[in-house]
Amino acid sequence: MGGFSAQDLTAIFVMQGFAGLSFFSVLLLMALGLAIIYGQMRVINMAHGEFMVIGAYATYLLTSALRHLPGGLDVSVFLAIPVAFLAAFVVGYFIEWLLIRHLYHRPLDTLLATWGLALIMQQGFRSAFGAREVSVPVPDWLRGSYRPTMMIDIPLNGLAIMLLTVLVTVAVWWFLYRSRWGLRVRCTTANREMSGAVGINTKRVDRMTFAIGCGIAGIAGAAFTTISSTGPTSGSLYIVDTFLVVVFGGAGSLVGTIASAFSIAQAQSIMEFFMGGSMAKVLTLLTVIGILLLRPEGLVASKVRR
Amino acid sequence: MLEVKDLRVSYGQSEVIHGIDFVTAKDETLAIMGRNGMGKTTLFKSLIGILPGSSGSIVLDGREVGNLPSHERVAAGLAYVPQGRMIFPNLTVMENIESGLETLKTSKVPDEIFDLFPVLREMRKRKGGNLSGGQQQQLAIARALVSEPKVLLLDEPTEGIQPSIIKDIAHTLNEIRRMKKIAIVVSEQVLSFTMAIADRLAVIEKGKIIHEEEGKSANQEKIASYLAV
Ligand SMILES: Nc1ncnc2c1ncn2[C@@H]1O[C@H](COP(=O)(O)OP(=O)(O)O)[C@@H](O)[C@H]1O
Ligand SMILES: [Mg+2]
Repeated sequence: MGGFSAQDLTAIFVMQGFAGLSFFSVLLLMALGLAIIYGQMRVINMAHGEFMVIGAYATYLLTSALRHLPGGLDVSVFLAIPVAFLAAFVVGYFIEWLLIRHLYHRPLDTLLATWGLALIMQQGFRSAFGAREVSVPVPDWLRGSYRPTMMIDIPLNGLAIMLLTVLVTVAVWWFLYRSRWGLRVRCTTANREMSGAVGINTKRVDRMTFAIGCGIAGIAGAAFTTISSTGPTSGSLYIVDTFLVVVFGGAGSLVGTIASAFSIAQAQSIMEFFMGGSMAKVLTLLTVIGILLLRPEGLVASKVRR
Repeated sequence: MLEVKDLRVSYGQSEVIHGIDFVTAKDETLAIMGRNGMGKTTLFKSLIGILPGSSGSIVLDGREVGNLPSHERVAAGLAYVPQGRMIFPNLTVMENIESGLETLKTSKVPDEIFDLFPVLREMRKRKGGNLSGGQQQQLAIARALVSEPKVLLLDEPTEGIQPSIIKDIAHTLNEIRRMKKIAIVVSEQVLSFTMAIADRLAVIEKGKIIHEEEGKSANQEKIASYLAV
């Protein structure tokens, strides 16, 4: 890394590291939803990125409706989260009923079907919102940046996304490990037949889980609008990285998903500065493949006897 | 309480249960005896709704449950302790028991469960998968029992369990019957265990019930001859 002084390097690491944190946040939110769905139903949801886009467009619509009211922008920032969640949740609930439930136990078919669904949804977005990207205005107080030293500049919206991600992650943890719904989800994930035989309505659990996973992708979409503009295919850019996170983290492990999202986002963001985006992606992918060869179950594997 | 008529169950094209009939009354324990591969597990799985029956009827307390999904059969009053116990290994003991409360209004595990299985109280924060075989069996029975069943189904509860613990399980099952006055249907290969709990014995062979008699007066030699390989 010739040509950089130690001070330069520190600043680069901090700032790229922070850019990585925003990326990490969106990635983690996406991966949480995907991991819950995959862990529960072994469904690989290729349309997960499109559910993120639903959240992003929902945020856009909400903001467009409120921005001309006094203080509307401030309100919409907070309203966007539940609205984005709800929009993606409702669509997810419907899609599970319409499509996914007929394809359980047929992983290849679900892969194809959800991929087709992704294309249909993308076209739907194009028809509804146009091919041009839309961007969501951010209220002034989120627009500034925090400058601890002369060389380091950390955008406030990134900090806000971080905070949101922490909150959502805690909520997901609580939902999975402390609530009655979570118990049902974990039972069904562990043993579907037996869950039915102890009285759990596993089909209802499936539908709810799928919808909640989609809803979390919707929240990711709301976060996404503050770091980038939204187009019909924005979701497909994230889906590969999200899969990487889920597989690398060890499906079904919350800690693994967090650790994996963090390392992948950071590695990419920091390498990107030195060698450009595609090279950084290739290197990340190779490293992940290498680690998976050594630990096929992912970073965090369950330690209990079966 | 439970009335099974002409039940037939198949795996794909091959029929394994060839028309089984039996009745159990309230406050009665029926043991279904048979060697490995005779169809006990298949029968129990179809009773709880994991495997679909191809024909016949299952009437629980006057209500046909044969075409309901598993969870509705549990709500109707069936409870199932599978062969191999099948507790949820990654869930704590407490969570395992709570999973059985699904069909009830309450979400609190009744204290009587821990009176029946004191060891589960001590272990309630441990993961189910880290319990011994005998403890897992108690856990599986507890999980089934909290749903307040009318009929308790147990598939080979003594399989892979130490003789001293087998005695405890027999004692517990008798205790459960005394307390709850429910019907118990249990499949077994161990005759001494069955004699300690059953009011009636039925022998299953190749998917049919070929012999039935009262428990107390049962001709043990005859039953043993059916069980000999
Ligand atoms: N999943 C299955 N697919 C096909 N045949 C099976 C399956 N499970 C059991 N069988 C067959 O059904 C018969 C009864 O098996 P099972 O009900 O497990 O007997 P048991 O519990 O009395 O040992 C056996 O001949 C067995 O080979
Ligand atoms: Mg068996």
